[in-house]
Amino acid sequence: MTSWFPLWLSLRVSAMATIFASVAGIAVAYVLAKGRFRFRSLIEAVVTLPIVLPPTVLGYYLLTLLGVNSPIGKSWERIFGAPLVFTQTAAVIAASISALPYVVRTARAAIESVDARLEAAARIAGLSEWQVARVVTFPVAARGIGAGVALGFARALGDFGATVMVAGNIPNRTQTLPIAVYDAVQSGDLDAARVGSFVLGAIAVIVLLIVTQISGRKL
Amino acid sequence: MTLKIAAKISSGLFVVDVHYEARPGITALFGPSGSGKSVSLAAVAGLLRPQSGTISFNEQQFANAEKSLHVRTQDRKIGMVSQNAALLSHLSPLENVAIALLNSHDRAQRQERASHWLGRVQAEHLAKLPTASLSGGEQQRVALARALAGAPQLLLLDEPFSALDQTSRIAVRSLIIELVAELKLTAIIVTHDLIDVAALANQLVLFEPGRTVASHELIRGQTAELARLVGLTI
Repeated sequence: MTSWFPLWLSLRVSAMATIFASVAGIAVAYVLAKGRFRFRSLIEAVVTLPIVLPPTVLGYYLLTLLGVNSPIGKSWERIFGAPLVFTQTAAVIAASISALPYVVRTARAAIESVDARLEAAARIAGLSEWQVARVVTFPVAARGIGAGVALGFARALGDFGATVMVAGNIPNRTQTLPIAVYDAVQSGDLDAARVGSFVLGAIAVIVLLIVTQISGRKL
Repeated sequence: MTLKIAAKISSGLFVVDVHYEARPGITALFGPSGSGKSVSLAAVAGLLRPQSGTISFNEQQFANAEKSLHVRTQDRKIGMVSQNAALLSHLSPLENVAIALLNSHDRAQRQERASHWLGRVQAEHLAKLPTASLSGGEQQRVALARALAGAPQLLLLDEPFSALDQTSRIAVRSLIIELVAELKLTAIIVTHDLIDVAALANQLVLFEPGRTVASHELIRGQTAELARLVGLTI
């Protein structure tokens, strides 16, 4: 690791991935918490997969899904004139997928824990389902949802396996900090590995402190 | 403006067979715990669907199980105060009242109308206080203001006094009598307290576990007659 580029890229990729994972994750969490429909368990299982799959396996599936020979990869290349894989966009997608289950599971638990009597009172007061969600459910669940978003950010920042499979390890282009730490160790640059590990560790501790703070618990 | 209910309703734990009419004024639902009083109120509010039968108010059908008709809670235009005031602690008391006006008034009008209703329940001074800091009696006043702000014709009161001390209880009871009469509402109250029934109700519906057994007209304050109806010796 010879520059701050990996840290800057990691922060940028994680921030974008957190936005995507949060928007999709909170919506999915709401549907799973409130909806009663067929295939709910299937959706839940698919969303949870990135937690239980080995990161490299997740990366492999993403590579298969987004690669130059896949329908998505071909469409992307036709529209943008360049392949999707081995780009920063691919890194954002990998980090988003890795972060998604953390957002969904934490946000869903928070939404399910909202007192049903508060939501019923709002319906009786004439609020539509969307208004109940906006005025009651999301504000009351905000701390739990915030904790999920913070965990998602930490997961996106630390992603290695899926990112290296779909975005590669191209210095100054797609090399995020976790990959740079691995690269530094492989090349014997232990000082760089130490600095990178310390920075990632410090960010992880800060995020955990934020999560415990907004969840109302102490470590 | 009469509520008519003739339905079998499942609470998930037991089924209650409910038959009664509630005319303008205050109807008390009285009976032992678990007899289905609150379940019937939840069905009137649209929070539970009847297994069979119908619920209608003022010629509008709220529910008809045979026709799979179920009017959404939001569209029933009712007000409700429960044992738990169910106020939102992230909103001020004023904003809690204002949510009942969300679909009918602009922001400035909402504030003004919410203030008006807080004034009507003698809680105007609470408008900007943190909601979580209010006493039980104050919370019930705010909940009553929210219930009335939406201009309902039907007011449901599910044990609204059970968390209140004696002083608050008497004050909120008087408020309800005054407002129901003034606004010409049909109100239904679930209570375990005969004093509430004697003080408030002009109609009594008696429940036994799982069913309604009788309905009586009452003259407010006639406790001896009331005691006879519910089988007490005083």
